[in-house]
Amino acid sequence: MMEKEILEHNLNINRRRFLSKLSLGIGSVALGSLLIPDLFDNKNEAEALLTGLPQFAPKAKRIIYLFQNGAPSQLDLFEYKPKLQEMFGQDLPESIRMGQRLTGMTADQKKFPLAGSIFKFDQYGQSKAWISELLPHTSKVVDDLCIVKSIFTEAINHDPALTFFQTGAQVGNRPSMGAWMSYGLGSENKNLPAFCVLLSKGKGNGQGVYSKLWTNGFLDSVHQGVQFSSGENPVLYLNNHETINKADRRKMLDQLEALNAETFRESGDPEINAKIQQYEMAYRMQTAVPEITDMSKEPEDIIKLYGPDCLVPGTYAANCLLARKLSENGVRFVQLYHQGWDAHDNLPGQIRGQALDTDQASAALITDLKQRGLLDETLIIWGGEFGRTNYCQGTLTKDNYGRDHHPRCFTIWMAGGGVKPGVYGETDEFGYNIIQNPVHVNDFHATVLHLMGIDHEKLTFKHLGRRYRLTDVAGKVVKGIIT
Amino acid sequence: MKLKRLIVIALLLATVIGWLACMHANEATHSLPEKVSYNFHIRPILSDKCFKCHGPDINKREAGLRLDIPDSAFAPLKETKGAFALVAFKPEASELYKRISSTDTSYLMPTPSSHLGVLSAYEIGLFKKWISQGAQYEPHWAFVKPVKAPLPAIKEKALVKNEIDYFILARQEQAGLVPNEEADKERLLKRISLDITGLPPTEKMMDRFIANQNANAYEATVDELLSSPAYGEKMAVHWLDIARYSDSYGYQDDNVRTQWPWRDWVIHAFNNNLPYNQFLTWQIAGDMLPNATKEQILATAFFRNHKYTEEGGVIPEEYRIEYIIDKTKTFGKGILALTVECAQCHDHKYDPVSQKDYYQLFAFFNNTKEVGYEGDVSVSKPAKNPLLTITDAESKSVLSFINKKDTGKLTVSVMGERDTLRKTYILSRGVYDHPGNEVFPAALKSVMPFDTVKAPRNRLGLAAWTVNTNNPLTARVFVNHLWQEIFGRGLVKTAGDFGMQGELPTHPELLDWLAVDFMQHDWDIKRLVKKILMSGTYRQSSKINGANYKRDPENIYLTHAPRLKVKAEFVRDIILFSSGLLVNTIGGPSVKPYQPKGLWEMASSGRGELATYRQDKGEALYRRGMYTFIKLTVPPASMILFDASNRDQCEVKRSQTNTPLQALMMMNDPTVLEASRVLAQQLNTENIGTEEKIKKAFRRIICRTPNSKETSILKTYYDDQLLQFRNKQLDAAATLNVGEFPMTKNPDPNATAALMKLINMIYNMEEAIVKS
Repeated sequence: MMEKEILEHNLNINRRRFLSKLSLGIGSVALGSLLIPDLFDNKNEAEALLTGLPQFAPKAKRIIYLFQNGAPSQLDLFEYKPKLQEMFGQDLPESIRMGQRLTGMTADQKKFPLAGSIFKFDQYGQSKAWISELLPHTSKVVDDLCIVKSIFTEAINHDPALTFFQTGAQVGNRPSMGAWMSYGLGSENKNLPAFCVLLSKGKGNGQGVYSKLWTNGFLDSVHQGVQFSSGENPVLYLNNHETINKADRRKMLDQLEALNAETFRESGDPEINAKIQQYEMAYRMQTAVPEITDMSKEPEDIIKLYGPDCLVPGTYAANCLLARKLSENGVRFVQLYHQGWDAHDNLPGQIRGQALDTDQASAALITDLKQRGLLDETLIIWGGEFGRTNYCQGTLTKDNYGRDHHPRCFTIWMAGGGVKPGVYGETDEFGYNIIQNPVHVNDFHATVLHLMGIDHEKLTFKHLGRRYRLTDVAGKVVKGIIT
Repeated sequence: MKLKRLIVIALLLATVIGWLACMHANEATHSLPEKVSYNFHIRPILSDKCFKCHGPDINKREAGLRLDIPDSAFAPLKETKGAFALVAFKPEASELYKRISSTDTSYLMPTPSSHLGVLSAYEIGLFKKWISQGAQYEPHWAFVKPVKAPLPAIKEKALVKNEIDYFILARQEQAGLVPNEEADKERLLKRISLDITGLPPTEKMMDRFIANQNANAYEATVDELLSSPAYGEKMAVHWLDIARYSDSYGYQDDNVRTQWPWRDWVIHAFNNNLPYNQFLTWQIAGDMLPNATKEQILATAFFRNHKYTEEGGVIPEEYRIEYIIDKTKTFGKGILALTVECAQCHDHKYDPVSQKDYYQLFAFFNNTKEVGYEGDVSVSKPAKNPLLTITDAESKSVLSFINKKDTGKLTVSVMGERDTLRKTYILSRGVYDHPGNEVFPAALKSVMPFDTVKAPRNRLGLAAWTVNTNNPLTARVFVNHLWQEIFGRGLVKTAGDFGMQGELPTHPELLDWLAVDFMQHDWDIKRLVKKILMSGTYRQSSKINGANYKRDPENIYLTHAPRLKVKAEFVRDIILFSSGLLVNTIGGPSVKPYQPKGLWEMASSGRGELATYRQDKGEALYRRGMYTFIKLTVPPASMILFDASNRDQCEVKRSQTNTPLQALMMMNDPTVLEASRVLAQQLNTENIGTEEKIKKAFRRIICRTPNSKETSILKTYYDDQLLQFRNKQLDAAATLNVGEFPMTKNPDPNATAALMKLINMIYNMEEAIVKS
């Protein structure tokens, strides 16, 4: 082979890679992201983002995603369908079902008796949006909500559906939304990660969450979601052993730095300096994180707003309050998961509990950000991985029913940064099919990226020969919900 | 501190500016190569910018033009009468050249709407020259059978230790780069010990190696390490990533499963030095070999390690197909380094793999007896059909490498064929319920034709095709993996993609030489490891020399040995081994050491055996990192923080990051603190002076003697800590109270606590977990 050509080729690749690092790095430095280290690390696979990010003026700077894990019933919360009461117990007409594939749980069911919600609905706000009695607090902030009734997915089981919402693909180890944001936009706070994850559980039938949902996938692992909790050890390994105080830690770090500097003198490896920086960062986190997760200094009116649960670590309310604090301090993407919405049976009982756990704090988050003047630049998203069926799973009685998974239409809402309050999309009178403005999960992702100032077709990462993006090969920005 | 940071930033900026200056100079003077190569210059650009619409994928092809094969590229254009994409020797008459160099955006290629970007002036120049020279195509390098090239001529023969060095030095000499001298003995011993066993050397070994002045001291030590059972464990870790090994099913309730006997087999196979062709054959088709032994059947668990759903309500066929897709992907990526999965939904856009080719490959795996769904978590079993049952008698005889702990029933999920062939169809867009034309098992013809006369159309035939010495990929891919594991990057950087979009080899002749040599010596893995370790290239010091670094920051030319952080598992091993805590039992059920509270519980549905983390006791707390229980939905935190694979899919390369979370773990993880305490305890029972203790601790962890500056820093810290403990500013008893390992009687708890703090600091040194 032609040695000289190969040589030149290799040197060229080297130069190109270095330049591409540089452009990524400068962007990140400008954003103050010291949590994204190794800017000059030649080992990572990062490719240049051809244009700087954000690509156009962002409407939102940060996201808080309130994921309702297990799939809340849209028909008992947002979709008022008197037809279902009218036809209570009658079979879902085949003309409406149109061959929709069913999960193994109801595939053998002989009948699909329609189950109207037992909950009362009323209209609220300027948009006269229908909301059920289960959400008294949400109904008070309805003028800030953009309620999308026409979102749909292909997945009919929890794991693939959830994975799809979070990573843009039903299977495969793809980066999650938060990881993409961290990769594209970095963090605004040099003491906190760009992507934080908070978990909570309701009393309803739960579907586990899994760390694949906040994975970095093929992106560098610094973009992985960092799990926070509102408990005593809010970040893994954050707390020093009880006998070690701050001064003591400082002393150790100073000696350690002297030792590492000695290694650097000997070996000349710039990685060693990066490591010294990471220890300093860890030290700063040890102060910054407890300050943020400490709820004790929150004023009475805030506690009241979120409800007393917000002082109980690990609850949804506590996580909403923590989410506000993280977001307010510049965390790019705060991802909450609240389990317990998977009501295949005894739905009325289960959903009452779930609503009680989540309604007040979700609404409080909006109110709280608004009063701080942050709602405009923060995008809040509320929703599950799919919807639930209009027919009953199991035995239908007058006041009890269950609902199976329904991918063809369900409701999510968004608030704040750049979304237009109101109701978007419409389903048929059975609440089974979309009749206006369908929004696919890929479209949802494209829209969220757009709100953050990113063209979803341009935020790509080349991995094993292919340029990947959150929206895979599809996705259209839903202009109708953008201000 | 601030000042220091400023200096660091200033230094970085200075480097950047230096680089920019040097790059500008290069761009300006960078002339086109004398002879433009299709493979090295043109194809990478075509692949990146053109094949998306003018490549192998028939469904996305625009204007009926494909540029990946000359027949089409030189043919008259279908949509532009009288024009040709390429006219040999005539760039100005070639539509391709006219379009890439156009300033008219409606005419320009790639089109702005494709988001592929435009070609640089240099790239356009390459095309012009390539066409002027006749526009000659070449077959893709990876699909051409490797041959052993003669060793290149070099000037500095003194540096040569074996054949590898000829190839490396030749390249360096052309680039005007000079390699490092040999590393010092202490660092070299740590390096080979970590590379071969994943463990640091013992003090005894260090003493012995330093004292041994024989010419063959190095080789003897390499041999000694290669015969250690820890070698198999070290080698297995990478293979477990490829095989996406775990201890749970991975979906939803994520219950426990027992694939670990297969993991024990992998360790055994490496220790036994099973040739790689057999290693693969058994894993691909061990169950189908004539008179298959239980060991050979067990090997096929490789293809059953992927996730299995236990979610109530799934459609079984959807998941069965998913499992076959995973098997196909693992085979493609892990063994052939091809991204075949791209052809699951459409013809591959870059590589000559059609959708039909893909489903023909898929068909080999589609005839297993397994089903998509065996029931939910309430009836979950530790293995799913087809099963291999391992009896107590077998675990004491033919399968003695399996570390079976009790007399309970032991089953493993393995491969097994159906009696009647299941039909395979091309699935439209890869969707399970959209079958198209029927296909029959056949391997990828663009890699090597599948001879249906000689090979049966089943997994046995696939195995034979895979390890055929004419297969251009198998040996190259494995050699590359091994190179990557030792040098941190493969000779082909994209270890999982040898296709058109993958990177080109940096040392193609070396890769081929090693691959052919490997096959000529019966696929002998230990011999290959030793060959690499015996090279002068490997034995260089890792010192970074400023001039070389400027020219070659990625160290493509290997003018110094790499400095690499060890893998997550070995971080743990170093800590346990150096403190004396390590329990070096091989294999057996995975263990649950200390883990931060609540991790499993928070993410669990509450159902199944793994809803709560039940930490082990006693010896199980001190096993090597590779035995830590992997629950897929919540993989072990300490491993993930250090870039371990989450084992969700086949992985061939881990990232190398450096984060504050790693720093927090090293400072505060009870495992590290306990190890510090136990080592301190032990040293304090020895009848030696303080300085000697400090030196010993440093040596056990860092594997070299501290220099005088280091000694003085260590001593200062120790004295300060001791004083604080004596003055009761710090609480010795509380400090020592960490971990479940028994506390020994401390005649002087203050001294032990001070030593423990010092040792903890040594564990946090950058060098502690770095191979240098």
